[in-house]
Amino acid sequence: MTTETQAPELEREELISGSEAIAIACALADVDVITAYPIRPYDTVMQFVSKLIADGTLKCEFIVAESEHSQFEIVKHASAVGARVFSGSSGVGWFYAFEALAVTCGLRLPMVAMVGNRALDDPGAFGCEHNDALAVRDLGWMLRWVDTGQEAMDAAFMAWRVAEDPRVFLPCAISTDGAFLTHSQQIIKIPDKKLVDEYLPPYDRGEFQLHPDNPITIAPQVNEDWLMEIRMQTDAAMRRAKGVITEAHDDLKRIFGRGGDNPFIEEYMTEDADIVLVGMGTLALPLKVTVRKLRELGRKVGFVRVRWFRPFPDEELRTALSKFKAVGVIDRDYSLGAPSNGGVLYNEVRSALYDMDKRVPIIGFIAGLGGREITVPSTTEMFDHTQKLADTGQMDEPVRWIDVR
Amino acid sequence: MTTVNTLPMIKGVHDSPLEEYFTSGHRTCQGCESALVMKLMVKAAGPRTIVLGSTGCMYVANTTYYSTPWVVPWMHTQLGSSGSAATGTAAGLKALMSKGKIKDEPINVISFCGDGGGADMGLSAISASLTHAQYNHLVLLYDNESYANTDIQVSGSSPWGANSTFSPPGKLHRIMNRRWKKNTAAMLAVGHPGVRYIATGCASYAVDLMNKIRKGLTIGGPTFVHSIDPCPKGWDYDPMYSHELGMLMVETGLWVQYEIEDGVLTLNGPSRMIREGRRKRKPVYEFLKRQGRFAHFTDEDVDYFQSRVDETWEKWWLPGVIPVTDGANVKA
Repeated sequence: MTTETQAPELEREELISGSEAIAIACALADVDVITAYPIRPYDTVMQFVSKLIADGTLKCEFIVAESEHSQFEIVKHASAVGARVFSGSSGVGWFYAFEALAVTCGLRLPMVAMVGNRALDDPGAFGCEHNDALAVRDLGWMLRWVDTGQEAMDAAFMAWRVAEDPRVFLPCAISTDGAFLTHSQQIIKIPDKKLVDEYLPPYDRGEFQLHPDNPITIAPQVNEDWLMEIRMQTDAAMRRAKGVITEAHDDLKRIFGRGGDNPFIEEYMTEDADIVLVGMGTLALPLKVTVRKLRELGRKVGFVRVRWFRPFPDEELRTALSKFKAVGVIDRDYSLGAPSNGGVLYNEVRSALYDMDKRVPIIGFIAGLGGREITVPSTTEMFDHTQKLADTGQMDEPVRWIDVR
Repeated sequence: MTTVNTLPMIKGVHDSPLEEYFTSGHRTCQGCESALVMKLMVKAAGPRTIVLGSTGCMYVANTTYYSTPWVVPWMHTQLGSSGSAATGTAAGLKALMSKGKIKDEPINVISFCGDGGGADMGLSAISASLTHAQYNHLVLLYDNESYANTDIQVSGSSPWGANSTFSPPGKLHRIMNRRWKKNTAAMLAVGHPGVRYIATGCASYAVDLMNKIRKGLTIGGPTFVHSIDPCPKGWDYDPMYSHELGMLMVETGLWVQYEIEDGVLTLNGPSRMIREGRRKRKPVYEFLKRQGRFAHFTDEDVDYFQSRVDETWEKWWLPGVIPVTDGANVKA
């Protein structure tokens, strides 16, 4: 594939993993403070980060914390004095940091984190599941899901740019499916630092920088007097984030020549499709294979990948999905006891489409939990159920668990 | 940020700075010694200081929106995060200064926590912060011996037998808190050999406390100071006696004033005189009887309490500091 980059010599290609891609992005973005704590599979990014530091490629304060809670608290405070920061975690490690994750939003600190999506033990499982990152969906974290190592690297540059934009000042987590992205290698185009500098301005905390020259008090007790106003400001920031993401996406295309048509969703062979499946992350690969195979058999199927979960692309999904006869939503997560016993994405998509004059029928699938592979036969089965819904308007059950013994 | 500020030792009350950096606007209780610790802490540190405050009395009662008492920059941190806040702030400043993104200058970083935040929940993060020798910061633990902000619940730093809302004396159990107070400062000193300065203090000895803050901020690397703060609400006494109770705690030998500088231990004030045999410890009953939290004590309880205090002075390897006996010296 040829690139539209304005200066193609300003990039090189390497066979690296998604974790290594984000570690290199840290060096190119001149991150100031990085904190690590080991948990599989995200920790691979910190293994690469520490080697880049040891080799002199990345200059930053690198702190191996004594817990995930401290890991995220340390970068939170570094961000408050004006440092660009990066951290990350997986599964229950992300949950151990939950208090720090929650307060970072209210503090409006532009922390960027990588989540190597992992199942929540117990019972023990290293594999991919999206419940870890999704747990912060209500708090003010911007949540990005990526499909390839290239997208992971580009998403990192975009994450700092959007998070550190004074119109936003919110943390951003990049979800990289455990093992499928963190540990598998792909050919990735690594931009020259000149391009990154053109894309990513320095972090300027401005009037909120904690420094003796600017003696402010941050996060006092506000109670019922002011909390609602401050929450509403945070809400307004999340609403503004959509526009800032669009700007960042357009510049990514202009400077790096990558990024696709829509910053929020990717549509694959949807032009004349009757039915589509919707999902997030690396399940895109088997899905695209299945779409091509079924297309060879004459079936009009397509795939829509959600790239940003927060802010949620409700308008984009309304426009994209309303033209189909039926939609199947794949959740690599669970939300036990939720409406229709569906997954998180399923209920979000349904809610986004509720106000449509003509609502498209939706069926939900729970698949690939604990890192179980989502295969071509299983995605074919999901298309079959969705097709049946399109043809008959009927479904045996609104949400099905796929590939379960 | 490789350099530290110059803060000379204060020779007496008349030599202490006039400027205040913790001023009006707080809502602490009458007689609150922890508020006095805050005032002395930043008076000693001066204006080129960033203060991080973990959840507790000195957060909740001090910083009401629009009426902050802090003249220096101040930021809240989570209950268990005083160590992480210090590390993160110092690391952020160091990174920005070393890359030339902000002016390279000495800035004091002080992170404080209560006994719940320091001796209980935040102990692990404080321990970690003390291992990062490349960052200059001070963690100050203000110890009022309970979770005083949330309604006086027992903490790992509460005294044996004290009445709290989680350890009330009852018909079946007179003594609900059967734990002995943690020996936090010495534990941190023993566990972190690279730390250059660890001290205990008490606002009743204000100049001593301010000088300990100054030593902690100027010696370099991560440091720790633990102050004992009488609390009228939690200890149940008339607020006018806070200063006196702090002195009694030292004079009875229940609280030991010391500093450990580059591995050398020095006892200070009355504690030093007790250690050197130049002063007799007052009976601990003199301290206990002044407070409602011990009002349910029987004579046996007082005797037990006294015996534990005696033990720290008579049996400990380093009296009042290290609760270890050298096996070679134990008679068979």
